[in-house]
Amino acid sequence: MRLHDVSVKPFEQVVDEHGPAVLRACRAILSPADADDAWSETFLAALRAYPQLRPGSNVRAWLVTIAHRKAIDRYRAMARAPVPAGTLPAQLERPGRRGTIDPPAAYGIPTEPDTRLRDAVRALPPKQRAAVAYHYLADLPYREVGKLLGTSEAAARRSAADGIAALRNSYQPETTP
Amino acid sequence: MMTTDPDTSFLSPLAAVDASAYRGLRARLAEEAARDGILDVAYRTIDTPVGELLLAATERGLVRVAYPAEGHDAVLSVLAGQVSPRVLHAPARLDAAARELDEYFTRAREAFGLGLDLRLAHGFRRTVLEHLTQIGYGTTASYGAVAAAAGSPAAVRAVGTACARNPLPVVIPCHRVVRGDGSIGQYVGGAEAKRALLDLEAA
Repeated sequence: MRLHDVSVKPFEQVVDEHGPAVLRACRAILSPADADDAWSETFLAALRAYPQLRPGSNVRAWLVTIAHRKAIDRYRAMARAPVPAGTLPAQLERPGRRGTIDPPAAYGIPTEPDTRLRDAVRALPPKQRAAVAYHYLADLPYREVGKLLGTSEAAARRSAADGIAALRNSYQPETTP
Repeated sequence: MMTTDPDTSFLSPLAAVDASAYRGLRARLAEEAARDGILDVAYRTIDTPVGELLLAATERGLVRVAYPAEGHDAVLSVLAGQVSPRVLHAPARLDAAARELDEYFTRAREAFGLGLDLRLAHGFRRTVLEHLTQIGYGTTASYGAVAAAAGSPAAVRAVGTACARNPLPVVIPCHRVVRGDGSIGQYVGGAEAKRALLDLEAA
């Protein structure tokens, strides 16, 4: 217990400051239901560990790192899960070989432009997808993105740029379905 | 070599977070934290005739009631430092407290049956708080009388300090302690709030 230490923020304030950004990142890399579960698991794990967080830590990077691990867990679980025959919703969640999710459009299901954009992000290779989500949607600097992906700042920057270029090619917002 | 960031405005639809869905996630976090036993401090606010009160509770019971004048954010920061930083807005744990306070302010209740966590008060201050609970609804006692009851008749100023730093005003009735000359004296929520509570109880 830290007696009379008023430098530590109430966790509620941490959720206020970082919750929306972490949710944006989760929603970019996972299906909506999985994103909500990953967000909940992330903040529950963060709340548990919060009293031990070193003062001066980059809280946003810490949270996104936890969310990243939760997302990886979900991709692995999806890869392991048997696909019940004849149930379309399970098919939609089935990851591709690189841990990507086949977009609903691949099954001929009409989608809203937002959904198509999300599908396009989720269809990116893992590093590009993570770099785009964590830098552009969670506002994490490339240095922190590189750290959590185990690459350099420059490599993270490159992954994000490649991801953005790929999205431009695969997603045309002016085209309506 | 670095290039400038590309135009990524087409990503903006992904930046939208639906407010009601997000509120649902925050509520779910509070529920799951309580379930897992890691919601160390739950809090909510309630509207009352003496202003918006902050209510905070640990698993042991109500730990803090705070007036707006104390600064709710400042109070939560102190709770984070003195009790635990695992603090969440989580109204469920405060349901009984909110109900009993509402009944008190509508004159449907004279005594509180809430579990209290007195960990923020130590030593003589705590002894004083325990004696304050014995001053009945609608009555008052002087600082000197409380000092005598607490076993230290000379500690009149210390009783004043204990009242001023009461972590649970309204519920532990420091508003019922007045000056020996009959004037109302000071109050953590302001003299006006003290007068309002005494008037409410006298009505």
